[in-house]
Amino acid sequence: MMSKLSALRGNIGWDKGVGILLLVTLIVGSLITPDFATTSNLGFVVQDIGEIMIIALPMAFLIIAGEIDLSVGSALSLVSSTIGYSFAHGISFGFAILIGICVGAATGALNGFLVNYLGLQSLAVTIGTMGLFRGLCFVLLGNTPVNQLPDFWTGLGVNNIPHTFLPWSFVLIAPLVFFAWILLHHTKIGRWTFVTGISAEAARFSGIPVKRFKFLMYVATGVMVSLAAIVYTLRFASASPDSAMGYELTTIAAVLFGGVSIAGGFGTMWGVIFSVIELGAIRSVLQLINFSSNALQMVSGALLLFSVAFPKVIELLKSRREARVKKPSPSLASMRSVE
Amino acid sequence: MKGSSRHMQKNKLKAVLATAAIAAVAFVGAPTQAHAAGLKIAIMPKAVNNGYFTAWNQGAQKACKEIKATCTYLGPTEATGPAQVQFINQVIQKKYDVLVISAADQNAIVPSLNKAKAAGIKIVTSDADVATSAASSRVVAVLPAASARIGTAEVDWIAAATGGKGKIAVLSAAATAANQNAWIAAMGPYLTQKYPNMSWVGGTVDKSVFYGNDDPTTSTAQFDAILSQYPDVAGIIAPTTVGVLAAAQEKKAKSATVHVTGLGLPSQMAPYIEDGTVEKVGLWNPIDLGYVAVYAGAAAKAGTFTGKVGSSFKAGAKSYSVVAGGIAYLGDPFTFDKSNIETFKTIY
Repeated sequence: MMSKLSALRGNIGWDKGVGILLLVTLIVGSLITPDFATTSNLGFVVQDIGEIMIIALPMAFLIIAGEIDLSVGSALSLVSSTIGYSFAHGISFGFAILIGICVGAATGALNGFLVNYLGLQSLAVTIGTMGLFRGLCFVLLGNTPVNQLPDFWTGLGVNNIPHTFLPWSFVLIAPLVFFAWILLHHTKIGRWTFVTGISAEAARFSGIPVKRFKFLMYVATGVMVSLAAIVYTLRFASASPDSAMGYELTTIAAVLFGGVSIAGGFGTMWGVIFSVIELGAIRSVLQLINFSSNALQMVSGALLLFSVAFPKVIELLKSRREARVKKPSPSLASMRSVE
Repeated sequence: MKGSSRHMQKNKLKAVLATAAIAAVAFVGAPTQAHAAGLKIAIMPKAVNNGYFTAWNQGAQKACKEIKATCTYLGPTEATGPAQVQFINQVIQKKYDVLVISAADQNAIVPSLNKAKAAGIKIVTSDADVATSAASSRVVAVLPAASARIGTAEVDWIAAATGGKGKIAVLSAAATAANQNAWIAAMGPYLTQKYPNMSWVGGTVDKSVFYGNDDPTTSTAQFDAILSQYPDVAGIIAPTTVGVLAAAQEKKAKSATVHVTGLGLPSQMAPYIEDGTVEKVGLWNPIDLGYVAVYAGAAAKAGTFTGKVGSSFKAGAKSYSVVAGGIAYLGDPFTFDKSNIETFKTIY
């Protein structure tokens, strides 16, 4: 409890720190390359981070509540494959999307059931379902992706909102982001999430139906993954069994970089949102200045390490200072008296 | 406690608003870039850090030097469509004139290619094309050789080795490998028609294929399986660089008499061609693929080449014309034997 509190203190400024870093990236980016601060590039960045943003929102809830979901990338692919499979078998595209959302909810329900009602470790469970869902994608589609989706739908994924530089997915994502922020920081559900993450035991004693709560959280994650899958499918105008490879790690990295504690119990939605935008922005800047793609790969890893290590270092420094204050060395004491 | 958290909330909101405001300002200014004198060409492999594409890029850079264009080799580290899309965006953003790309995903990059096309960028796919339904997203595809010809050429090579007689088996990659399956399908009828004294070990070509999964160990084991199952096998075709290398190594280790040919990298196959283990292997030349694709893109940008079926463009001394599907083929796969392996083993 104590260490959690001090971690909390050490973390308080982190989300703002990410916001400032984002600001710096935007300013430096626009100074060093004329191609960065353009409306078309902003459109690219928004489109680029869309799916990760949608999945990062429920992932933040899960990690704050002390759980994790590594199956989101495969689940996205499964929803996309389901949509493609249904469409290829003569079902109208709109209805195929509805089927996809149901499948997405089912993936979340399966994870939630295994974790909460069978009491299995979420890390182990979702590593398992990650493989399971990916396998199902290949069962559905084999090695042949589905293309030639209806123009109306792919237009939504590919084109911008008329007279703006923003992709259509923005219409979906902006309200989701706002809603997630309200939910985490201004509702009972948000408070439950934090309490559950700090101590599931305490949460149970205070009357929170922890199992059902976390089960529903997984189902909601499945539904959000479905929305991300729709954006993904339309954006790439195809459904392929190898979609969204590695998205789980990118998403979790973004959530942690946003200041959410991997141990649960702490985090802010703004931190996560800034973090996702920052990852997109920094990648864009580095690409535009022709940074080698090998180095590019290292950047997100380095950022994550930094975000995990930094609060820890601050905490260590703080506790060392506190120790010094409690037992001041003679020389320090004499210096003080001179002052 | 409540008061302070509300205060923090307010501060947070301020910070957010400030960020948003500055972000908006930062993004509003849209300076346009002056057009460079020479052509700006982007060369995008499926993934960088791949020896095959390094050779491909060599050819592209050679062409760029000849036409005095500035060529940039850029692309993702993982060969996926979505990863490539981020780099296509970059190509649009940096206003390249031409994009030469090996499609890592035949569908997922198509919307982005269409955007690039709308931005006036001339797109040439090279080595790997987009889906047939999306052929209009690029000017032309520069590909090695028609699938059928890659398959039948390999039959010709094994026939030359065995003297046009004997039973033949195939050591392929994975059972699902689309390219290999298309080539093998073309081998079947061609062998029976053209070489009456030759036949497949399993009766038909489908029953004569062993899958090494492009894994050296599995390929070696499958090579041994062919020999023990069909001791009278006269020749093995391995239409994959991994398979043909494993076959050559194992043939030498076991001092087997079976003839081996297939698609092999000259640098890897050189020792076995030099010591006579393998008479001949073939492969298209990735250097030529890159080279020809740059010329196609430059010609399209100059307006001298439309990409329509029947139209043609020049690359170096040769002229290439477009066949059905908007494809320009390099021609027959290039073959390597004792006479030329010395030269090519150092190239790729």
